[in-house]
Amino acid sequence: MLSRTELDACPIKLFIFLCLSSLLAACAQPKAQETVTVAVAANFKTVLDQLESDFEARTDYKMDAVVGSTGKLYAQIVYGAPYDIFLAADQERPIRLLEEDKAVAGSRFTYALGRLMLWGTDDPAALATSDIKRIAIANPKLAPYGRAAEQVLIKLDLSETTQTKLVLGENVGQAFAFVSTGNAQVGFVSEAQIISLGETDTAPSWRPPADLYDPIAQDAVLLTRAGDNPAATAFIAYLQTDAARDIIEQHGYDLP
Amino acid sequence: MPDLSSLWLTARLALVTTFVLLLIGTPLAWWLAQTRSRFKPVIEALIALPLVLPPTVLGFYLLIAMSPNAPFGGFWLQATGDTLSFSFTGLVIGSVIYSFPFMIQPLQTAFEGPVQQAMRTAASLRASRLDAFFTVAVPMSVRGFVTAIVLSFAHTLGEFGVVLMVGGNIPDRTRVASIEIYENVETLNYADAHALSLILLIISFLTLFCVFLFNRRFPAHVRL
Repeated sequence: MLSRTELDACPIKLFIFLCLSSLLAACAQPKAQETVTVAVAANFKTVLDQLESDFEARTDYKMDAVVGSTGKLYAQIVYGAPYDIFLAADQERPIRLLEEDKAVAGSRFTYALGRLMLWGTDDPAALATSDIKRIAIANPKLAPYGRAAEQVLIKLDLSETTQTKLVLGENVGQAFAFVSTGNAQVGFVSEAQIISLGETDTAPSWRPPADLYDPIAQDAVLLTRAGDNPAATAFIAYLQTDAARDIIEQHGYDLP
Repeated sequence: MPDLSSLWLTARLALVTTFVLLLIGTPLAWWLAQTRSRFKPVIEALIALPLVLPPTVLGFYLLIAMSPNAPFGGFWLQATGDTLSFSFTGLVIGSVIYSFPFMIQPLQTAFEGPVQQAMRTAASLRASRLDAFFTVAVPMSVRGFVTAIVLSFAHTLGEFGVVLMVGGNIPDRTRVASIEIYENVETLNYADAHALSLILLIISFLTLFCVFLFNRRFPAHVRL
């Protein structure tokens, strides 16, 4: 070990000494905090932020979120992305992951049920009138909220009269943007999006009864890659606690 | 076999866009080639912006500008009875902005230097400016015109982000080939995605190939 005076006399030695000692200190620290990486569908991100702080307050684990569309996250997981948990916006992709042995058997459960809202009018019959020129929905081929919107229009016998008025967003986020920028007068969005606006939202809205569309079930799975990461199993368990369920419900989702 | 209507729509969009760009771009490029205005660098930077901006930025601003709540979008709705967003006209406006530098820059380069000199010679022979432009400048700038037209056309063929943001994916109106390919990939309909992608690839290659073939035949400036 160099003496204090020697170090002061030689700045380079001091620098190397500091580097080495900090490296040693880093190695000697107690085991790094266990972290769970959650791949989350974009529509659930704001809720996950709340869940994250609550989860980290209740446990010693850390949580990181990776946001994307369900389809893209699915593709990333298939090609080996380092995620522990997948919170999808549908059931189809988690089921596929189970079939492909990318997810742990028996770990799939529905963590939230999305609620569809017609935003911009409180009267669905108005959709057929000439006052409304454009109706924004998520693309029914790509997004569960789009499929639900399509089902509602069919059940209300509005699908033919509204066919030429539909504009499709890539996902429910884009459908929301079309309405909030005023490009479409009305649109089918998620209740969670309207709630996230808080008091700034003054537009009328209508909630289609749940029997007009198939439930928009969002499923979670534990991914095979998580292995025996205790943070991952802890988070899966946490998601099913009353505390987590309360937060999810407050943000505009139902629970099974 | 995939639905080919999106390809036809794409071709129409590219043709109309290129035509509009040629009408706006020629006088603007001409002005830029000869001006000594101190605003020239500002204008040039503005024109080059679509080269570096992500299409999402352009699309986002267009979505806001075309909204019936905005002055421009509101005026358009009153004048035509239709919103600008989600319409073919809206896509043309977006594409014109998106492909602007591809029309202006080759034309400006073609109009500079020797062409300006030749114009001065023509003026000394008492040719009117308009006459000299069409009989002297245009023939000297054929290569610039071909490059500008083909690049604008090809660049519009490949447009995706702007259309995704303001188009609304309406068949025969705003569902262009790139959007249809994207949708096919997302829905795991790979066969149609392959077919459309291949067609688009071949068209794009042939378009660009024609420019380079043409450029080989013609020198940068045609001599008088």
